[in-house]
Amino acid sequence: MEHFDLSLVNWSRAQFALTAMYHWVFVPLTLGLAFIIAFMETLYYKTGDEEWKRITKFWMTLFGINFAIGVATGIILEFEFGTNWSNYSWFVGDIFGAPLAIEGIMAFFMESTFIAVMFFGWNKVSKKFHLISTWLVAIGANLSALWILVANAWMQYPAGMFFNPDTARNEMHNFWEVLFSPIAINKFLHTVSSGYVLAALFVVGISAWYLLKGRNVLLAKRSIIIASVFGLITSVFLALTGDGSAYQVAQKQPMKLAAMEGLYEGKEGAPLIVVGALTPGKEYNDGKDPYLFRIQIPKLLSFLGYRSGDAFVPGVKDIIEGGYNYTDKDGNQKVALSAEQKIERGRIAIQALADYKNAKEKGDTIGMAYNRKLLDENFEYFGYGYLNDPKSIIPNVPLTFYSFHIMVGLGFLFIAFFILMLYLIYLRGFLINKWLLRLSILMIPLAYIASQAGWIVAEVGRQPWVIQDVLPTVAAVSRIDSSAVQVTFFLFFIIFTTLLIAELRIMFTQIKKGPKEGGN
Amino acid sequence: MVDTTYVFLQHYWWFIISLLGALLVFLLFVQGGQTLIYTIGKTEMERTMIVNALGRKWEFTFTTLVTFGGAFFASFPLFYSTSFGGAYWVWMAILFCFVIQAVSYEYRSKPNNFLGHKTYEIFLFINGLLGTVLLGTAVATFFTGSQFSMAKINLTNINNPVISSWETPWHGLEAALNLHNISLGLAVFFLARVLALLYFMNHINHPDILARSRKQLLYNAIPFLVFFLTFVIWLFVREGFAVNPTTGDVFMQKHKYLLNLIQMPIVLVLFLGGVVLVLWGILKSLLQPYTKGIWFTGIGTVLAVLSLFLIAGYNNTAYYPSTFNLQHSLTIFNSSSSKFTLTVMSIVSLLIPFVVAYIWYAWKSINIKKIDEEEMKNETHVY
Ligand code: HDD
Ligand code: HEM
Ligand code: HEM
Repeated sequence: MEHFDLSLVNWSRAQFALTAMYHWVFVPLTLGLAFIIAFMETLYYKTGDEEWKRITKFWMTLFGINFAIGVATGIILEFEFGTNWSNYSWFVGDIFGAPLAIEGIMAFFMESTFIAVMFFGWNKVSKKFHLISTWLVAIGANLSALWILVANAWMQYPAGMFFNPDTARNEMHNFWEVLFSPIAINKFLHTVSSGYVLAALFVVGISAWYLLKGRNVLLAKRSIIIASVFGLITSVFLALTGDGSAYQVAQKQPMKLAAMEGLYEGKEGAPLIVVGALTPGKEYNDGKDPYLFRIQIPKLLSFLGYRSGDAFVPGVKDIIEGGYNYTDKDGNQKVALSAEQKIERGRIAIQALADYKNAKEKGDTIGMAYNRKLLDENFEYFGYGYLNDPKSIIPNVPLTFYSFHIMVGLGFLFIAFFILMLYLIYLRGFLINKWLLRLSILMIPLAYIASQAGWIVAEVGRQPWVIQDVLPTVAAVSRIDSSAVQVTFFLFFIIFTTLLIAELRIMFTQIKKGPKEGGN
Repeated sequence: MVDTTYVFLQHYWWFIISLLGALLVFLLFVQGGQTLIYTIGKTEMERTMIVNALGRKWEFTFTTLVTFGGAFFASFPLFYSTSFGGAYWVWMAILFCFVIQAVSYEYRSKPNNFLGHKTYEIFLFINGLLGTVLLGTAVATFFTGSQFSMAKINLTNINNPVISSWETPWHGLEAALNLHNISLGLAVFFLARVLALLYFMNHINHPDILARSRKQLLYNAIPFLVFFLTFVIWLFVREGFAVNPTTGDVFMQKHKYLLNLIQMPIVLVLFLGGVVLVLWGILKSLLQPYTKGIWFTGIGTVLAVLSLFLIAGYNNTAYYPSTFNLQHSLTIFNSSSSKFTLTVMSIVSLLIPFVVAYIWYAWKSINIKKIDEEEMKNETHVY
């Protein structure tokens, strides 16, 4: 009997993680900077002030440098679904492919067409047409984010579909449910706003550097003001949508929530950990205290997750062992199954599918009906059937936990930072406040860290699932040699790192050079 | 009980895929041009003009490739999983070629760009050479087949649920050893160069570039014709992968692709019309001081490639044949998405004319003038 090649699965995961994380280095800046540029150009359009045009063009140059490499890293991801997750591509292509195709038709063309006008149209089209193009670039970029995030949200919470045993895969039956699933909405809003915050911090940070050097003062001042206002609004929104995301995770992916909080044994009125360190080497059932130390807010986790301070939040152990009460998505009270029982039910579902196919071949309609019913009753746990060990449903808890806390901590730091900045702008003290300007520069890397951390929470926290409860990573891979994936992994690693270095050097050089046309 | 709407949608989406593929081949003129930078551009200024003429269009080709992939995924997911996961090396090689292209324009002439001017030009060259040859080779397997197996029931084998497997350890590289595939790869490569030359003639206002392009046109049109005719004649005499419409069984049929053309007269007209336009554009540009050849050859390319795709998938033909086991071949029926998904996407596809319209409008407004030295000196965003 052949077995899963775990090394293949792990290398495929590593490759996907590598390429996705590289893509996400560039995407958030595109998402946010596009809007900031559009605001600036709008001011130019309204006031006719040439300085605004110079400012717009300066940030646009940086936008272009970042955009090119964002595109380079994106194409890999799209095709990786086929090359590395081929079984997945067939199993869910019916639902998952559609957003990707719509993204191409609706968003990417919009973005690339109007980017051309934005860069090459200054002396060729009217001011108004140019301005509209810049706005369309921003809208196009955010539309790309919408569709891919809908696809991703669907993997976290497969809505709007059913399993068709005749074709042996999942099919969509309600497009709106896929598009407007609560996870998709929260995910979209939270993710794009994280891009806005990152871009705001980027603009503030670079402008602060000019102020420290005493260069391009007018550009820097104006940019800081625009970006800080934008940053404050979006960072508050970011925290709100982050809370929305956490609520959805609690409902749809309790294991992820448990990992985010390092919660091994569930309780009523569960506290939220503000800062903490986990006990290394903790097993889910060894009874050890999961935390080396912690600062917590009582009942807050129950409240955030279930909107009630006394609600029961299941921990890792509860989810594996089952037996607690919960409300399912249709509002019914249920007792949770143990992981072992779910695996059993999954096996029944898979066997029922095999028997259904057999019966169909023989023209045995009774057998077909029987197995179809069996399959439908157990499909909820289909993916568990591919797992052998109940423990395999536990994601990497420390990675999820620390990433989550870093993201949230930084989120509040950014809000505080923008408030402070705007306050000092109001007092007109920000120009001379050296430590604030230095702090602003430091905020740029922190923004990137928060942003990557967020994806680690979302993606590592849902392991072992590619599609929650329906398809684990082990059943999603292509059948290739793991050595082949290793080779491409390192090739990607080398090429992306090289390109990243090139990008950074070009970016720094452009920043040092400052805006064109005889800078002040 | 044949569901005619479903069958219609499957045909409709094969048409869209074919059209995107055809547009992609036309837009590969960017790639072709990248292999000609030094052949046509003898001074730094000339090369700057060439790179900028291409650089303003590269995203287009790229986005079309991305959309082609996305649309294929959505409408025929079984192709996506079988081909990409199986012919791993060919697709990965194609991807690498496109990754290095994407940054090259933007970074080539920027100060302190780490790899140096030359490296980015080499990237562009690799993209132009390998990208076109490999894409052509990969598409040729639609007619020549590949060694893969596909069984949906594998899903119920909990220890090894993978549906599609490649049955040779070469994982796609074997396609590049088949002469018939290569003939298409090379035809695409030289076609891309021909198109690029016609594009330069049309788009750059410079007498030397014009003269050199015209001369090169001849040198590239001849190998193009040789490889194209080799591919087509071979295609028409070979056996094809036919499907029995009632049982769904795949079997080998003599002259299948030629028969497809004859049995679908509209496609035949498209094909012949396309070929005539391609030749007309080339000849007219060679024989007269004529700079609009790109329009004829371009449109001709789209029509001819479109009809090649159509004879691969329509008229009871398996478009992605398995030479390992004929019955595992993919047809537009057994590999498509569900009726519901195809319907949703068809509604979305109604946006396409609108997209085409704004692209047209936007390009028209920034292309009113040909590229010239003056513009390269004054423009703030040059590559
Ligand atoms: C600048 C970046 C940034 C900042 C400061 C925050 N987030 Fe975030 N967060 C993201 C950037 C991000 C992200 C990169 O956009 C993620 C990854 C996946 C996703 O949906 O958004 C994310 C995911 C993510 C998830 C997981 C969603 C899922 O698994 O589907 C939760 C629960 C939160 N965030 C919650 C928060 C909270 C409560 C914050 C408090 C202020 C917060 N985030 C700040
Ligand atoms: C661009 C932002 C993203 C980042 C930084 C990111 C990060 C990651 C990481 C770290 C992993 C590895 C998890 C693990 O194996 O432990 C992963 C896996 C994966 N992600 Fe993402 N992800 C991103 C967006 C997406 C989106 C939008 C999708 C789908 C539409 C997606 C689909 C996948 C898939 C299919 C895998 C592999 C299977 C798995 O491990 O679950 N990712 N990603
Ligand atoms: C893992 C799944 C993902 C895939 C398959 C993917 C695919 C792609 C592709 C193919 C491109 C190039 C498009 C072009 O030709 O212009 C691209 C660019 C882009 N993607 Fe992604 N992407 C993924 C994740 C994301 C996420 C999570 C976001 C945003 C939330 C995003 C937003 C963008 C944006 C804004 C661009 C424009 C280029 C840029 O600025 O980087 N993508 N993506």
